[in-house]
Amino acid sequence: MKIKEIQDTIVDEFSLFEDWMQKYEYMIDLGKSIELINPINKIDSNLIDGCQSKLWLCAELKNDKIIYTADSEAIITKGMAAILLRVFSNQTPEDILKADLDYIDQIGLKEHLSPTRANGLVSMIKQMKYYALAYSKK
Amino acid sequence: MALDINKIREDFPILKRKVNGNDFVYFDNAATSQKPNKVIDSIVDYYKNYNSNIHRGVHTVSQEATDAYEGARTKIQKHFNVKNLHEIIFTSGTTHSINIVANGFKDLLNKNDEIIISGLEHHSNIVPWQMMAETNGAKIKVIPIDKQGELDMEVYDSILNKNTRLVFVNHVSNALGTINPIKEIIEKAHKVKAAVLIDGAQAASHFKADFQELDVDFYTTSAHKLCGPTGVGILYGKEKWLNKMPPYQGGGEMISDVTFDKTTYADLPHKFEAGTPNVSGAIAFGVALDYLNSLGFDNINLYESSLLKYATKKLKTISGLKIYGDNENKTSVISFNVDGIHAYDIGTLLDKFGIAVRTGQHCAQPIMDHFEIPGTVRVSLAFYNTKKEIDKLYNSLKQAISMLS
Repeated sequence: MKIKEIQDTIVDEFSLFEDWMQKYEYMIDLGKSIELINPINKIDSNLIDGCQSKLWLCAELKNDKIIYTADSEAIITKGMAAILLRVFSNQTPEDILKADLDYIDQIGLKEHLSPTRANGLVSMIKQMKYYALAYSKK
Repeated sequence: MALDINKIREDFPILKRKVNGNDFVYFDNAATSQKPNKVIDSIVDYYKNYNSNIHRGVHTVSQEATDAYEGARTKIQKHFNVKNLHEIIFTSGTTHSINIVANGFKDLLNKNDEIIISGLEHHSNIVPWQMMAETNGAKIKVIPIDKQGELDMEVYDSILNKNTRLVFVNHVSNALGTINPIKEIIEKAHKVKAAVLIDGAQAASHFKADFQELDVDFYTTSAHKLCGPTGVGILYGKEKWLNKMPPYQGGGEMISDVTFDKTTYADLPHKFEAGTPNVSGAIAFGVALDYLNSLGFDNINLYESSLLKYATKKLKTISGLKIYGDNENKTSVISFNVDGIHAYDIGTLLDKFGIAVRTGQHCAQPIMDHFEIPGTVRVSLAFYNTKKEIDKLYNSLKQAISMLS
């Protein structure tokens, strides 16, 4: 699926929730189900800055597509990371660079992407785009 | 006299607001306190009616502003029982105050000298001294903390010696709320002729410190912890120390005579108050002290203790919840974790319920390292909080835990 299609699917899923609690319960479930980063990659050089809980991000290129993996000590942060991975992982570097993040606003989780929020997700997105930029030039 | 909390809450307009659709519960008082109408109004009144630069002005309004600014200094003198008015320096807050002392001691110490810091310190109390030690080679020694989160006074006794020049300890730890035995620390330091700097940022809102009785050499606090505005605080220093220390910043107000060859510095306190100060902030600080004194610190302390006891008892019934620094001798702060759940997740969900707490290391990484935890959830209570709000915290916390488990 293309990035835009995945984003639309996520927006549809979130539109079913009636209140914030259902939304957060879903995010927490996502956080629990995320495919974990390989333990050997859980190293300090893969840590994302600006985070109250440790947040790791790893990227590798397979068949011209970037596979991202991530993990965090905090489950809500992990859930948010899962929502980002679902959209960006297994896509080409070019598509990742072009993609926007309006869907985060549409599912009502924009507060998590405020640059002043101490969860590191803004830095994570930046890092994902850096990887895409690096791989697109190879 | 018991405090009328419902009436007091009327004084704080922010307590009426909603957060995420819920009544706002503010339990982040150790980070900053909320402001009563009297304090807010005093700032508006200053800018509406007598805003003017202070000192040296020949005109009426400048004189009014100067009188109000210096009047605030007098209120602070009285509040902390300070001997001389000029021993109170207005600063931008505790961090600024500590930097003035650290800078002052840069030239007073050499590589044979030692300074002692407590292991309960806030970052702002550690970094300036490390910077100072880099310039003069002085050695930094640390008083460690024990399992209860209290200072290990036996180690203090063993590291204190004739080379110790300065001891700095916070009156109350910001991460755990532990009240340190500063009277004992000061007495012992004075026996070896060392000066003592006490960071009172976390203490001043809970109880009144008597500087003469403590015989403390330096004491600092920030107005915003005491229902006053941000950006203003004080450095108290004994006259003999303030005279020994060089000025921290050059500029207007701090000079008495300037030629291109030489400048002579102004007398205390102006020597350390370069430039136009935070006039409205200082005035509002004085108003905040008046407000708190009208309630009475004994009443505040008594009420906050009852809140702390109630909250501690209630939170302890939650299975898997562990409180750090759970000792008798502390202010109304509860720092905790719940088994298997990250503090950030709890803080995020409590915020959705309208409850403001702090999560993380509380700028005190060494303490977190001591307990081998990445951080805690910190609930800090003030006299305008209620048991009903604690009940709401308890219920919301239980709900958050069930969502996260």
